[in-house]
Amino acid sequence: MAAIDLARQLKEKFGELLSEPQEFRSEITMRVGDPERIEEVCLFAKQSLGFDYLTDITSIDNYGDDPRFTLVYHLYGYGHLCPLRLKTDVSEAKSELPSVTKVWRTADWHEREIYDMMGIRFAGHGDLRRILMWDGYPYFPLRKEFPLAGRPSDLPEVAFTSAAPMAGGPFVTIAGGKDTISREPRVRIPDADSLGMNARVQRRQDIKQSHGRAHGPGPVEPK
Amino acid sequence: MALDRWSQSNSMAEVREFEFKEPATRLADARRMLEHAPELQPSGAQPDIPADKMVLNMGPSHPATHGVLRIVLELDGEIITKAMPDVGYLHRGDEKIAENMTYTQFIPYTDRLDYLAPLANNVAYVLAVEKLLGIDRQLPPRCQFIRVMCAELARISSHLLGLGSFAMDVGAMTVFLHTFTEREKVYNLCESLTGARFTTSYTRIGGLSRDLPPGWVEQCRKFCDEVMVNIDETETLLSRNRIFVDRTQGVAAISKEDAMDYGLTGPNLRGSGVQHDLRKTHPYLIYDQLDFDVPVGSTGDCYDRYLLRVEEMRQSVRILHQCLDKLPSGPVNVADTKIVLPPKERVLTRMEELIHHFINVTQGINAPPGEVYFAHENPKGELGFYINSKGGGTPYRLKIRSPSFVNLSILPHVLPGHMMSDVVAILGSLDFVMGECDR
Repeated sequence: MAAIDLARQLKEKFGELLSEPQEFRSEITMRVGDPERIEEVCLFAKQSLGFDYLTDITSIDNYGDDPRFTLVYHLYGYGHLCPLRLKTDVSEAKSELPSVTKVWRTADWHEREIYDMMGIRFAGHGDLRRILMWDGYPYFPLRKEFPLAGRPSDLPEVAFTSAAPMAGGPFVTIAGGKDTISREPRVRIPDADSLGMNARVQRRQDIKQSHGRAHGPGPVEPK
Repeated sequence: MALDRWSQSNSMAEVREFEFKEPATRLADARRMLEHAPELQPSGAQPDIPADKMVLNMGPSHPATHGVLRIVLELDGEIITKAMPDVGYLHRGDEKIAENMTYTQFIPYTDRLDYLAPLANNVAYVLAVEKLLGIDRQLPPRCQFIRVMCAELARISSHLLGLGSFAMDVGAMTVFLHTFTEREKVYNLCESLTGARFTTSYTRIGGLSRDLPPGWVEQCRKFCDEVMVNIDETETLLSRNRIFVDRTQGVAAISKEDAMDYGLTGPNLRGSGVQHDLRKTHPYLIYDQLDFDVPVGSTGDCYDRYLLRVEEMRQSVRILHQCLDKLPSGPVNVADTKIVLPPKERVLTRMEELIHHFINVTQGINAPPGEVYFAHENPKGELGFYINSKGGGTPYRLKIRSPSFVNLSILPHVLPGHMMSDVVAILGSLDFVMGECDR
């Protein structure tokens, strides 16, 4: 049985809740219209369609769009050897959807990681703590507005409290730009930078003020 | 279907009967065993006085945690009643970093995922990007053969280390030194192939950074012969070693259902009896042209996982031999200079190549919008890259599905009911690496 047949069976069962299966590079993707029903869809996929292995769950931050977050579930069945991708959107205001830990126990750590990195909560998870960052860390680092260089946190002498050794230097690209040109340190104009909160910009100015010069030729001044 | 290629007979055909117990049952059994076995108590000891449970912090810098895993154990005497793994000490934000650089610039970061098998990570990552670009079926044959050899060398190297440190953790120091001697030769091969022993960064999107150096094929053949001897010797040191067998057989048996439910992959999944190997079920590169068997365990205990890794190394050597015999000549890169950097002398003499070089380096390879997930059978399990692209030279989101992270998530289920000293055996048999777990 091919993945597309299984996707059609799923569509038959849930009808309008699911989008038509999309195919890209021979991978099947379906969107679940209502994130509140993701657990129900997953449970059916596991029990009736044989998707007994949850490969991965991940999240995407569509910064600037609404709904802001997209959750991506990768399902796989050892019986039929077919993968299937389910996607569902969650708004920033809600930032919550049901957990699938009761369907597959492997979802536990994946959901904790998503909570840790993007701040999306999973109702019914039971143990939703940070997993990679430490307890009490105040930010969600994989969100798009979080700068690559990090932000100071209230734990002194831990990560993100001092500038990286080459920060502001001529060969260090700048985080967060749209393309490589906007990240290129030698051509960047600070005022035109779309991500004004970029910590490295500030740092570069600090270095300039304290030492009288930044490393390298410095940013091009706006005309 | 590729399934008919599965090995029907393997060296582990002898099936041992085993009862899988839930942690609560295991715990009760362990307590009962201690109560009813006076010979296990020290002679002349007073009967145990019921005491509070002790919380013991194991790691993050404990030699058996192979890096920086921390486990908070709740102990009742010597029996573990609860285990809470704490990961993230090696978190470097690789996924965040990937969003901020071109696809090619991320290749060196993949070396630092599973740093015991960097070549395999390189191969996995570029295959994922190539799938996004739609060129994964157009790779030159020589490139595919070399990549398979890289992946198998990495598997041997990773399993040698895994076995060595596993054996050392349960008391067999010799094995560790023995396998490391052989691992050194893999590093030598890596060095002559890539220029680096550890951080290889060998593959490029659409090809390889360089072709095989002269004499490498002979060197590799010699290594294949030598490592087979070493594997046999290692097995004679362990497989029937009373101490090793006592410490591993029946310890941390993971049932088929649990293994699938917790998403275990690689040797840990196959040790529990699930016949699943991505090289067979979803053959990529030239794995469908190669003849090899996939060993499967029967009880899913530490001993099975050990046996399985030994056999996997033998199969890897078999694959290496076939690749070395069949190795075709020809280019190692795809011809498209919008993907692979054009040759330097043409860059310096021709306009078009100069433009391609410039765009490739400054803006990256122009990938189409879309999303792909590519899974590679890494030594530790299924290493997957999910790439979400909005077009252009950088990924919008890159998720690394690391096998070690998922394999470790079964610890709270497996550890309770075991003795404190079993922890090192269990961790050794799960064979994880924290660089990949924490990313």
